[in-house]
This record gives sequence, structure tokens and C-alpha cells, in this order.
Amino acid sequence: MIRDITIGQYYPVNSPIHRMDARVKLIITFLFIVTLFTVNTFLGYLFVVLCMAAVIKTSKVPLKFMLKGIKGIFIIIAFTAFINVFMTRGENILFEWGIFTVTTEGILIAIKMCIRLVLLVIGSSILTLTTTPIQLTDAIEYILRPFKKIGVPAHEIAMMMTIALRFIPTLLDETDKIMKAQQARGADFDSGNLLQRAKSLIPILVPLFISAFRRADELAMAMEARCYHGDENKTRMNVMVLKQSDYKAIVILVAYCIALIVLRFATTRYFII
Amino acid sequence: MSIKINHLKHVYNAGTIFEKTALYDINITIQTGEFIGLIGHTGSGKSTLIQHLNGTISPTEGEILLDDENIHKDKAKLREVRQRIGLAFQYPEHQLFEMTVYKDVAFGPSNMKLSEQEIDKRVREALQTVGLSESVYEKSPFELSGGQKRRVAIAGVLAMNPEVLILDEPTAGLDPKGRDEILYAIKKLHEKRGITIILVSHSMEDVAKLADRLIVMEKGRVAMTGTPKEVFARVEELEKIGLAAPQISYVLAELKQKGYDLPNDIYTVEEAVKALYTLLKGEEKL
Repeated sequence: MIRDITIGQYYPVNSPIHRMDARVKLIITFLFIVTLFTVNTFLGYLFVVLCMAAVIKTSKVPLKFMLKGIKGIFIIIAFTAFINVFMTRGENILFEWGIFTVTTEGILIAIKMCIRLVLLVIGSSILTLTTTPIQLTDAIEYILRPFKKIGVPAHEIAMMMTIALRFIPTLLDETDKIMKAQQARGADFDSGNLLQRAKSLIPILVPLFISAFRRADELAMAMEARCYHGDENKTRMNVMVLKQSDYKAIVILVAYCIALIVLRFATTRYFII
Repeated sequence: MSIKINHLKHVYNAGTIFEKTALYDINITIQTGEFIGLIGHTGSGKSTLIQHLNGTISPTEGEILLDDENIHKDKAKLREVRQRIGLAFQYPEHQLFEMTVYKDVAFGPSNMKLSEQEIDKRVREALQTVGLSESVYEKSPFELSGGQKRRVAIAGVLAMNPEVLILDEPTAGLDPKGRDEILYAIKKLHEKRGITIILVSHSMEDVAKLADRLIVMEKGRVAMTGTPKEVFARVEELEKIGLAAPQISYVLAELKQKGYDLPNDIYTVEEAVKALYTLLKGEEKL
């Protein structure tokens, strides 16, 4: 049940996408998200979906894992669809009731919005499923490095993220264990009204917080025992180097962006929906 | 109350790349009043097995019969099963959460919707059994020593008056004094209240001293069962799967090699003391 959350769930297979430099993957994902907002036609979305399908195929991660993330934002998608269907003003009114009007435009926008959200989630899932959290934070640190001059603590941010990500599975396991132990003492988490259910969380949350603090304490001690003192003069075990395949990926990315721009102008000119 | 495990199989993360079979075809019967020692190397499936017994995880295949009734047949009855089969997890003190020791132990019985007098009676009884005095009842569980905390946690399970008590390495990480206190409480429970006990342990000394019957697990299968004497007699097999006989039996084996006339089947320090004493007394007479 708790295991359904995909964030930070690296899927360990060996694929060209897995082997790519994390910095390149991060930038590609960022640009993918930004450029997704320029797409406004079904033809454009078809193109994006096809490109994405190709990437998923290359990554060797089963589609099931990619789609897992959508479950988590299902409510947001449903809510977006609802708002767009009922609140968009348009000319082709299909149905009207009080402040709610359903128009053809509204339905089309709702569908497009949902596609966009789904693509956003899958796009970022590709990144997290093919990149270990450690590689990812290393990449973030590297990308934030230029901002150090204006006082952005790049290394500290990256270290905090690494630690946070590292402890997600640990704390999930811990939660699972605590829940089982309290169930063994007759605790009941899924019946009763809202207040009773909220109350039934106390026997889980208190031990969980205590254990999180204990772990934090122990970790800080262990880091200090190994002479950790931040970024200064720190060398790396894994030095990131761009490979030929990474340059290829960058070329493909540029081509993808150009294609999107061309599509955008072409579709506006010829009024394709 | 007997527990019967039939062809139990458990697969974690079935159908994914993380798939791992933890238990293959386990068949065990546990009789009322037995004291079982469950031993095995880390990752041999001990913890998975005991979590099945009170229904905190469900089997992939096979069934667990409690008095000839499948515990998963009726989901509504699972809570009753969990009350009858008490399970204290590893590091049970990590689950303490209440403001006072008394309230924490009362958590189990109050979930059973008992009367206040009954809860009070059970809490006091449970705390007495684990050997905690009244002076700690109103203390915060977090102020106590490691051994005391663990005894509070075990009392929390005991207060539900289980017919079977399963303990997952109850002495892990405790100092010798804390360890002895816990083991003494468990022994007393078994002798005085006749509770069936399943003790998961890494300490061959502890199970040799306490258990009537041992179950040895290896890689998700039952490798051996029998009385401690029967199991420890097969010391070579035990060593092959990363276990050993109690240390004292190695001492006696060395002595025997040096030519002392000692019996073969001694696995506890108490027995060894007796045997050596008789031996020495015999020599004096000569």
C-alpha cells in the first residue's frame, strides 16, 4: 500500500537512458516540462506522446511503473477536468445550469489539460525511475554551482536532498513496521469517523517522529566522525563526465524543441485544433 | 490452542523486478503450551514466518489454521486472532508512544473495549509479570533504560492476555542484565501461565536453556526440528548454515579430546557445571 509511491523509486535495469549523465537527463526533463506548455493542439500532443513512447521503450522500464505516478495525482486531474469543463466560456454551448455551462471549447480544453498533466507526471517519472537519487542530487548540485556566488548553498541543498531521499524508503519500512506492531496490539486504522481515524494515527506518528529524530542524530554523529565539513576541498567518488551518448541526447533534444516550435507555428497558421 | 501451518509460501513484491520468495512450503504444527525456539541465519525467513502467525501479512499460498480454522477466512475475526496470538516485534520499544508507562500498556486492552477495572487489572498484572515496579507506572516510557523500555513494550502485548506469545529477538541489543531480566520474565510466563511461547533468537545459549523444541530455518525452508539436544547433536549441519551449537558444548568437546570422561549431550552451562562437578568429585575419591 505504502509502496505505491514512485518518487525516489529507482528501477534498476541497464538501458541507454539509465547510463546517461544525470545532468543531461535533468536538463532534458526541465526543458521537456517547459516546452510542454507551448503545445496546444492534439497533433502536437500526438508528437510528444510518440517521442515519449520511444524514450520509455529505450529505458526498459515497464509502462506499469511509469503509470503508477498518475494514481497519486488522480484527484488533481479530475479536479482540473471538472473546472475546465464547467468554467470555460465559449460559443458552442451544449448544456447550461446556473453558473455551470458546458461548451465544446471547455471539453476540448479539459481533455488537453488532462493530457498535459499526465505527460508532466510521466515525464518526471522517467527521470526518477532511471536515475538513482544520489546521481540526481549530484546533478542538482552541479547545476546550482554557478548560483553559489550569490549565496545559494548548493552543496548543502544537495546534501539535504540526498539525505531526505535516502530516508524515504527507510521511513516507509519503519511506518510499515510500526503499523503492524500497533495492529498486533489491536489498533484499528480504517474504521470510525474522521476524528477517530485522526486519533488512531497518534500511535503511528509519535514512534515515527521519535525514530526519525534518533536516526537524524545518529547520522549527524556518523558524518562528523568521518570528518564531514561541508563542501570545502571535498573530492568526489563519481566524477560526472559527458559521454558521446550524452551529446547525442542533447542533439535529439534540440531537434525535439525545434519540431515543437515548427508544429506550433504550422498548427496556428492552418487552424488545426 | 494449536497452530497448524500448511504449505505456507510467501513472495514479496510478486510480479515486479524486486520479487523475492521469503518462504517455500512451510509445514509446522505448534501445540498448546509448547516453548518453541525459532533459529536461523539473518534473512532465513523467521520474521516473515512469525508475522504470518497473527495475520499481519497474508500468505501467497497455503494457510494458517488456528484450532482448525483458517485465520484469513473471516477478516472481521483477524482482530480476535491478533489478540489471541500476541506478537512482539524486534525492538518493540520503538513502538512506545504514550505519555506514561501505564497508558502505553493499556493501549492494547483498551482497543479490546474492556471495562476499566479489567483494563487496570490486566495492566498491573502484565507489568508485574515483566518485573516492573509501581514506581515506574507514571513515568514517561522514554525516561526508562533500554531493558525497562523493552519490558514495557512486551507488557503491552501481554496485557491483551494472549494464548500464544511470539517474541522476535527480545534480547537483541540489550546488556547482559537486561537480557537476563527479559528471559526470566518469559520463562516465568511459560511456567506459571502456561502460555505457548515462540522465541526467535540468535542466541543458541538462550534457546538451549529455555525451549522444548527448536525449529531451524534456512533460506525460507524448515531445515530441522526437534528437541534442543537432537538439533544441537547435528552440529556440523548447523555450522554449514551459519549457526552453531551453544558455546559450552565446544568447551566440553575440547575437554573430552584431552581425555576427560564427559557426556556428549550437554548444551547448557548449568548441565555442564553439574557434569564437571561429578567428574571432579569422582577424581577426588580416587
